[in-house]
Amino acid sequence: MKLTLQRYKWTGVLALVLMASLGTLQAKEAVLLAEDPLVEKRLVHISEELRCLVCQNESLASSRAELANDLREEVRKLIRQDKSDTQIKDYLVARYGDFVLYKPEVKPLTWVLWFGPFLLLALGVIGMALYLRQRQSTQTAQVSLSDDDRRKVQTLLKSGDAP
Amino acid sequence: MKKFLIPLAFFIGLLVFLAVGLNRNPQEIPSPLVGKPAPEFSLQTLDASAPPFGPQNMKGKVWMLNVWATWCVACREEHPVLVAFSKANQLPIVGLSYKEVQPQDEPSNRKFTPEEKLKLARERSESWLKRHGNPYVLSVMDLDGRVGIDYGVYGVPETYVIDKEGVIRYKRVGVVTPELLQTTILPLVQKLNAS
Repeated sequence: MKLTLQRYKWTGVLALVLMASLGTLQAKEAVLLAEDPLVEKRLVHISEELRCLVCQNESLASSRAELANDLREEVRKLIRQDKSDTQIKDYLVARYGDFVLYKPEVKPLTWVLWFGPFLLLALGVIGMALYLRQRQSTQTAQVSLSDDDRRKVQTLLKSGDAP
Repeated sequence: MKKFLIPLAFFIGLLVFLAVGLNRNPQEIPSPLVGKPAPEFSLQTLDASAPPFGPQNMKGKVWMLNVWATWCVACREEHPVLVAFSKANQLPIVGLSYKEVQPQDEPSNRKFTPEEKLKLARERSESWLKRHGNPYVLSVMDLDGRVGIDYGVYGVPETYVIDKEGVIRYKRVGVVTPELLQTTILPLVQKLNAS
């Protein structure tokens, strides 16, 4: 029992040494990108909501453009300075404008953008309701037949019985 | 007849939106910097013997800041226009050499030191300006693009007009054309100089 424990201990130590050496190897590879996993996590979170201005349909997180690289580095720097997400976004908006945000802020300038579709939908619903009501009233008006019409229909139906 | 008029009006409205939308340049994004003070910086210039330059050196003057690089293809189209314009002496043009040394220019096994970068950038820029003409009163070297970020640079060339108080009055992303100079930039400069 004691011996097996001893053996486990040694494999444990060996594994630790191996992992540590692997760790340093990896750290050397990506020292610029992943110095601090917490910073990276926040970076990904923030940059997914930011637009790369060079390739405009890509987020800052996914773009490989040179400028996106620089901006990610800039965001990393701000994260390390303990800036909040809003502060970081404001920093970029001050330089590149609202366009840098994938999700534009709700403010008077963007009201049309945010609420326009709902307004159109409401207008459509109102329009349809009005149209339907109007159609219904004209249809009910047409339904009322005169006695003369009724007689005509009766004769037509009867004549239809005997071809 | 009236029945068709409403959908037709809708359709024409849609067409107008489409026509306007398709004819706009998606690269032109209104800059939030227009009307704001030009961000401060202090950078080495192309001339190694000259002291560092910053926007505060131009206080009291209306001037133009033009972002350029020798690797920038569109700059080659713009450059003769600026050279011709500079000969008229209507507006001092300061160049901002943006990230002249690109990551792919560096040897694969190591990174350049800032001194090496500056030296290479100066050599390249100087020979390029010698070949194509130099419209700049001086050119600052933004090697890592840090100042570019402060100015919201996202596509070279970019051009700014800055007034006597150091406030950015105009920004152009893309090539400056002779028409743009005549119709927009020069009238603005005259107005700014008069005030």
